[in-house]
Amino acid sequence: MRFYAICLGLLAAFTAQAEIFEQTLSNGLKVIVKEDRRAPVIVQQIWYRAGSMDEKTGVTGVAHVLEHMMFKGTKTVPVGEFSRRIAAAGGRENAFTSYDYTAYFQQLHKSKLELAMKLEADRMHNLNLSDQEFAKEIRVVMEERRWRTDDDAHALLDERMMAMAYQEHPYRNPIVGWMNDLKNLTADDARLWYHTWYSPNNATLVIAGDVDAKQVFALARKYYGRVHAGKLPVRKHYEEPAQLGIKRIEVKAPAELPYLVMAYHAPTLRDVESDWQPYALSVLAGVLDGNDSARLNKSLVREQQVATSIGASYANTSRGPTMFSLEATPAAGTSVDKLEAAIREQLQMIVRDGVSEEELKRVRAQVTAAEVYKLDSLFYQAMQIGQIESIGLSHQDLPVILKKLQAVTAEQVQAVARDILRDDQLTVAVLDPQPLSADKLQQGGHVHAH
Amino acid sequence: MRTRLFSFALLCAFAVSAFATPQIQHWQAPSGAQVYFVEDHNLPMLDVAVSFPAGSAYDDAAKKGVAGLTHGLLDLGVQGMNEDDIARKLADVGARIGSSFDADRSSVTLRTLSSAAEQVVALDILSRVLQQPLFTEEVLGREKSRLIASLREAETKPEFLSEKAFGKAVFGEHPYGWQTEVVDIEKVQRADLLEFYRSHYGAREAVVALMGDVSRQQAEAIAQQLTAQLPQGGDVAPLPAVAGLGKSSEQRIPHPASQSHILIGVPGIARNDPDYFTLYVGNYILGGGGFVSRLMNEVREKRGMAYSVYSYFMPMQQPGAFQIGLQTKNEQVDEALQVVRKTVRDFVEKGVTTAELRAAKQNIIGGFPLRIDSNRKILEYLSVIGFYHLPLTYLDDFQARVEQVNTRSINEAFRRRINPDAMATVIVGGQAAGEKK
Repeated sequence: MRFYAICLGLLAAFTAQAEIFEQTLSNGLKVIVKEDRRAPVIVQQIWYRAGSMDEKTGVTGVAHVLEHMMFKGTKTVPVGEFSRRIAAAGGRENAFTSYDYTAYFQQLHKSKLELAMKLEADRMHNLNLSDQEFAKEIRVVMEERRWRTDDDAHALLDERMMAMAYQEHPYRNPIVGWMNDLKNLTADDARLWYHTWYSPNNATLVIAGDVDAKQVFALARKYYGRVHAGKLPVRKHYEEPAQLGIKRIEVKAPAELPYLVMAYHAPTLRDVESDWQPYALSVLAGVLDGNDSARLNKSLVREQQVATSIGASYANTSRGPTMFSLEATPAAGTSVDKLEAAIREQLQMIVRDGVSEEELKRVRAQVTAAEVYKLDSLFYQAMQIGQIESIGLSHQDLPVILKKLQAVTAEQVQAVARDILRDDQLTVAVLDPQPLSADKLQQGGHVHAH
Repeated sequence: MRTRLFSFALLCAFAVSAFATPQIQHWQAPSGAQVYFVEDHNLPMLDVAVSFPAGSAYDDAAKKGVAGLTHGLLDLGVQGMNEDDIARKLADVGARIGSSFDADRSSVTLRTLSSAAEQVVALDILSRVLQQPLFTEEVLGREKSRLIASLREAETKPEFLSEKAFGKAVFGEHPYGWQTEVVDIEKVQRADLLEFYRSHYGAREAVVALMGDVSRQQAEAIAQQLTAQLPQGGDVAPLPAVAGLGKSSEQRIPHPASQSHILIGVPGIARNDPDYFTLYVGNYILGGGGFVSRLMNEVREKRGMAYSVYSYFMPMQQPGAFQIGLQTKNEQVDEALQVVRKTVRDFVEKGVTTAELRAAKQNIIGGFPLRIDSNRKILEYLSVIGFYHLPLTYLDDFQARVEQVNTRSINEAFRRRINPDAMATVIVGGQAAGEKK
């Protein structure tokens, strides 16, 4: 019986991978093609394994600033022209930077694949990074920081929570960068970043859609093949020192309601075959918050009514360490302390009594359905491949991860809750809401309970 | 050179329009509901959306918030199942219920696997959510408290404050300008929800969109199953007309944030406006076209004054807003305002160039396949076509309609619609209070 199940698993894995093709060019660029002919469209994504975690003290935000500068022209493509050519080809494009990587993408009609590849390959090695454009763009990035973080109370809380939870690991710095670093960043900092990390041997190219893999490989050789491999610096391995006791932080910002984040240091996937805790933690997040009747919403929002909203999250794949976190807004009349106690009680119930087979089955059903639903988004499928490759695993691990998730037992969920959700691993961050103006306070505005 | 480029653009347009658009089947269910269906067996899944003219603009002026709560409580308890049963049973089959709600439209969506066991359970639940909602006192009380808390929170956010003031400045007392207040929510009673449901969720008003792995015969049965027991309905009054702005206004609302949120606009167009495509293409050039629009170029690319700056027409049952928006640090608000206003004035007074129009068409026509490359996107088109009574050939005609737009029609339409001297401006941010007229 067991043997049979494994065979089925292998078969499923084989089928799922059947239309994914992979080749590494002589300059080190890994090219992955996912054929999907449902619609006559393609997506190109190039993923550089350089994110904010690779930044040094004083230049936080440079990975993201360079992402912006990548649209500012090359030796042969004038400033603004990259976007104009993609737009004129009917395309959509953008880019994103994370702790672990920086990625650029275009979505186009299939006839425009070559254009996109030519343009993307060009800016891999020919970027024209002028002082003048940098001076303007750094102001845009500062506006982005104000909008995303400084004026958003929850984002601000998350930023300060991360800075508190991590003491050594560069995840302590925000992806967008500290404002003071942005103010002092120079075009030379961006140039150094570009020359250090932007090379084919530090990138993964993912192309998905109505394409023929052989043709894509030929085009990749033609355009990306010209780019010389770079000499990548030795990457430092960061190991966050063990936390020695609970940490607490308060952040004051304009808001009406308090907000609570509880984040536990947690393991991330390294060996997809032998690790088990990351899978158990993913299932635990599903049991707590996988649907509207999952434990947290049912107990704390609907029954006890101590929260107006609550969520649990855990990302099991990243280059660095990760956290299992809970985020909640207390209901009117409930103090943050009471809410924290209520959440702890929910976690304790799992440590004490475990989870039911019914809950596991429900999480499995959702995972299975999600695998089908993801086929409706070409972009997401390419994202999944690029992301897993960029954090040091392989797209071939995806079916294994799926199989392992489906095999998590109730005992494992209980054990991982006991082992990981410990106070010594915990950072508690609380938003202390401030009135918008002194006037409002004098008028007897709402008094906040803590 | 110009001629050559132009014929190249035409060739592109032709090449792309050879691409097949989804074949939309349409019929009226015995219940009276209008059904729009695309049969597609590529993926073993089914998407459903059921829409009603029951958005916030259909609220009674004295009972704001009822439409939103009615929509919000649909899946929180039905005959024979409480809210937890609903969520659990859906999760057990991997199905997802979603919803969307705006001033015009109240929709409930379902995504399910098309395998029989899963699909039957999921559709049964959706059927009951639509046709047998309970609106219990207990759930209503809790949801009112949650809504009040989130409204109070929103009242501290510059995005919300600016949208609220903008709605009022552009639409005055028209329901498109309403914002629900805490006092409105406090007044809402269960009887209000029952009455609103009875009068606004009628079978004859329902638009059922189905996309995916079922046959026509199945689709017919599903559409009937989802609507046969809906209320009679039929007494939904049409929305009042939207009045134009006679003069400009500028309102500054202080806020401690480091950036000011700026909104500028006027009442725009209805979904069935004959100028729809002309204005859509024109606005692509002004502020709709991502990194290549005039506003983006002037405000961000040339001056580094904002991360995001945009303009759009929000076509609705009645004319929705034409809206320009940006965020910039408080110290440079006046300078940014000047740049935006000059850009709009130049656009309206001097019009667009043939090169701009060509680029706009290339993007919109060339990018057409991206609009219909997933079941989810097609489902939304089905709902919009049904809800706004657009022709069944809407997608087939899309590229030709864009191709027909010319510079003269854009310039003429913008001059008729947008008067730079009669626009509403709202600025939330900075400490300077007061209102200029």
